[in-house]
Amino acid sequence: MDILLQEVGYSYAKDTPFEKRALTDVSLHIPSGSYTAIIGHTGSGKSTVLQHLNALLKPTEGSVMIGGRKIEAGVKAKNLRDVRRQVGIVFQFPEQQLFDETVLKDIMFGPLNYGVSEEEASRRAHELVEQLGLPPEVLTKSPFDLSGGQMRRVAIAGVLAMEPDVLVLDEPTAGLDPRGRREIMDLFHRLHIEKGLTTVLVTHSMEDAARYADNVAIMHNGRCVVTGEPVEIFSNEEQLRDYRLEPPRTIRLQQKLEDKMGIKLDSISLTEEALAKNIALALSEGRDSE
Amino acid sequence: MMEKMIFGRFIPGNSLIHQMDPRAKISFVFVFIAIVFIANSAITYGILLGFTLLVVFLSKIRLYFLINGLKPVFILLIFTFLLHIFFTREGDLLVDIGFIKIYEEGLRQGIFISVRFLVLVFITSILTLTTSPISITDGIEVLLGPFKRVKLPVHELALMMSISLRFIPTLMDETGKILKAQMARGSDIGSGPVKDRIKAVVPLLIPLFVSAFKRAEDLATAMEVRGYRGGEGRTRYRQLNWRLIDSLSLVVLVGLAGILVYFRV
Repeated sequence: MDILLQEVGYSYAKDTPFEKRALTDVSLHIPSGSYTAIIGHTGSGKSTVLQHLNALLKPTEGSVMIGGRKIEAGVKAKNLRDVRRQVGIVFQFPEQQLFDETVLKDIMFGPLNYGVSEEEASRRAHELVEQLGLPPEVLTKSPFDLSGGQMRRVAIAGVLAMEPDVLVLDEPTAGLDPRGRREIMDLFHRLHIEKGLTTVLVTHSMEDAARYADNVAIMHNGRCVVTGEPVEIFSNEEQLRDYRLEPPRTIRLQQKLEDKMGIKLDSISLTEEALAKNIALALSEGRDSE
Repeated sequence: MMEKMIFGRFIPGNSLIHQMDPRAKISFVFVFIAIVFIANSAITYGILLGFTLLVVFLSKIRLYFLINGLKPVFILLIFTFLLHIFFTREGDLLVDIGFIKIYEEGLRQGIFISVRFLVLVFITSILTLTTSPISITDGIEVLLGPFKRVKLPVHELALMMSISLRFIPTLMDETGKILKAQMARGSDIGSGPVKDRIKAVVPLLIPLFVSAFKRAEDLATAMEVRGYRGGEGRTRYRQLNWRLIDSLSLVVLVGLAGILVYFRV
């Protein structure tokens, strides 16, 4: 499902002394089936953009096209349930939204709201708990008895259970341990490929953006300043620094290596694996030429 | 919706009202509340309304913003107005459409009560809008000081107040966040039959309570870690400072009371 933001502007608390401009003239295209990462410094407007993607916020200027649905500034939009079912959002610290008596009921909350049958919702819950690496006995526990990391996974399952076409992730792994981070990010990527989801990842982590995304947008001071493929975006260090961002670790290491050894690696390394391969390649070439 | 609420909000500023001592402002509000009850005629209520608008003007807070932020209060206002109109049966009959009968006295009472209500809400809102929560509690603590003699835990009360005031905006923000998260999961508080709406409140309230308790616990720990042991022997970082305008404001208030008594019927 395509999402298209056209000249979107948004001000919080419009027409009060607390009015705060968050977005100015943001135009952004999220093609169907893409994995788009939105990166930017703190306070650049990333999270505000994200809430426009399923009409939780309505633009105060411009328009947002979500699939076939157009949400325009100044026009009252009714019946947004359909849009919200198609676009699932995993908010920052999603464990804060848990409320039900048992994990099972909590995961079933979303699907039941959208009219999925009880058996189907329960089937999805069982399946997701397994996919997210939780033991099946958590289903009958209260979500408040779980550990922080488990709560996070349950909350994510609650969003995935709605089977959205577009999955929007706002720093989904903030505060998790490194292994948990990797597991959850890999799971999202697997779902992205298997189910043909359109994924939008809002993140501070350049490493995650470089590893998973095929489309990157940089936000700066409420504007969407650059969009492009990860290779172009992350190889342009100067531009990144202008927007107070740093290239991913792998690229920084690659550059240091190239500078010190006076060599040029084959390609820009977006992941650790790619970097390792590039270095191996350079080493074997070096040996060949000797 | 949430961001337009102005209860307990503070708008920093530099107006005459902002600069007043919190003790003066709090005394002012309490005396004013008493004075409001002197008014009993069109002229006296008019004077009260004029005075209130003057205070709003001096505070440099836009009237439009004030009115917008107090919308929930207006519903109550309209309700009391209607009650008075329909249930007072004195004076000349003005309107008579079947079962609806409106009498002159009812209309008068309705308008007076509404003005009284409005004036009280405006003045108290101006107090919270122009005084930071911390100054308000400092002021209250000093004003209640004499009651320490009768073992009233003044410092603790003031602390409780400042903590609750401090957390109003935080909890508001949090409510907004959780509301959005549940809306994204298809819960719809804003529409549907009343039964569904009440059901939709549960997924909002439970997470809110959980996080409020968690916050309370964290705050208690943080205070203990920083060596907080109650008010005994505690010195102040912010000194209160009574100036000429503070005394003047109270003089003005006495003047207002005099004028009201003079014009009272």
